[in-house]
Amino acid sequence: MAAGGHSPLEQFEIKQLIPLNAGGVDISFTNSALWMVIAIAAATLLLTMGMRGRAMVPGRLQSLAELSYEFIANMIRDNAGSGGKPYFPFLFTLFFFILFCNLLGMIPYSFTPTSHIIVTFGMALVVFIGVTIIGFAKNGLGFIRLFVPSGVPIPLLFILVPIEIISYFVRPISLSLRLFANMMAGHTMLKVFGGFVISLGFVAGWAPLAFLVALTGLEIGIAMLQAYVFTILSCLYLHDALHPGH
Amino acid sequence: MPQLAAETFASQLIWLAITFVVLYLIMSRVVIPRIGGILEDREARIRGDLDKAEELKADADKAMAEYESRLAEARASAHGIIGEMKAEMAAETEKRRHEIDADLSKRQAEAESRIAEQREAALGSLDEVARQATAAVLERLTGKSDQDRVASAVATVGEGR
Repeated sequence: MAAGGHSPLEQFEIKQLIPLNAGGVDISFTNSALWMVIAIAAATLLLTMGMRGRAMVPGRLQSLAELSYEFIANMIRDNAGSGGKPYFPFLFTLFFFILFCNLLGMIPYSFTPTSHIIVTFGMALVVFIGVTIIGFAKNGLGFIRLFVPSGVPIPLLFILVPIEIISYFVRPISLSLRLFANMMAGHTMLKVFGGFVISLGFVAGWAPLAFLVALTGLEIGIAMLQAYVFTILSCLYLHDALHPGH
Repeated sequence: MPQLAAETFASQLIWLAITFVVLYLIMSRVVIPRIGGILEDREARIRGDLDKAEELKADADKAMAEYESRLAEARASAHGIIGEMKAEMAAETEKRRHEIDADLSKRQAEAESRIAEQREAALGSLDEVARQATAAVLERLTGKSDQDRVASAVATVGEGR
């Protein structure tokens, strides 16, 4: 797919917009950074514009803001328990950051920061390290109980404890890979089918175009679903940290 | 694959950190307190309204109970008045009846005494009539009459009566 340099992966290219350098480290303002800024600006705008009226009876935008607030609040209460309340602002931010990065990435010619493994891994690592610190801070060494399932015969523990430990340390990888892979695969698919539309031309290009339309709808769904999945898994990890006993 | 271009990692992580922290500050300082405040206000308002409705309902219930007790009171007093009136009227009729009875019996007694008087008078004059009639009969038959003997004879006959 090197023809004309239009590789489906070209859309993931990081381009420097404002070259910056701090102590020999390249920290340039790139297209990725630009779309992160746009995402937080859009999220802020939506939520503050919606709440501008602070009406007793909410309008459309205010309802949206209130519903998302209650959506995240309920998610934390149901999955992490009442002890998860102090982490509400972080999880709320996490959800909106991922949601807006994903959704804005659906705009043609835009860039999806969450389609880069380093970004999703960065967020997953923050969640993982944060949850581990919370686990030890709340339970002390009792947090180790997380790796020892209760009500299991002693011989089985020799197998289960290593599995539990491995599954615990795999968490940041699975969490980040899930989001990254979904975003990248979706956008690659869109690009590939977009290429089909062009190469098949006016005669046969309609079939991939119809599929492209359906795929776009699916991708918007996935954009929201993956933001939800990332947040709810963070809630579940938080639950483990707060209540390590199985 | 551009995702594996390690030279871009530092920049992406730095900007991820910057934007995420900025969004976190905006959310936790502005957006969340605002939405939470509105939700709390609404809940408080609804709770207040419900409390007020409860209060008003209690008031209405109280007024209703008062109305009912007043009604019962009025009914009881009406019953009392009716009973009183009935008793009064019964006493009045009884009294009137007594009066009429007394009057009637008095008049009856008077009438009876008058009849007896007249009868007495009538009986008294009967002797005289009998004597005169006897004397007249005797005089026709015998040509003479002894007044004294006629009187005693009539008296004797009258006694046998």
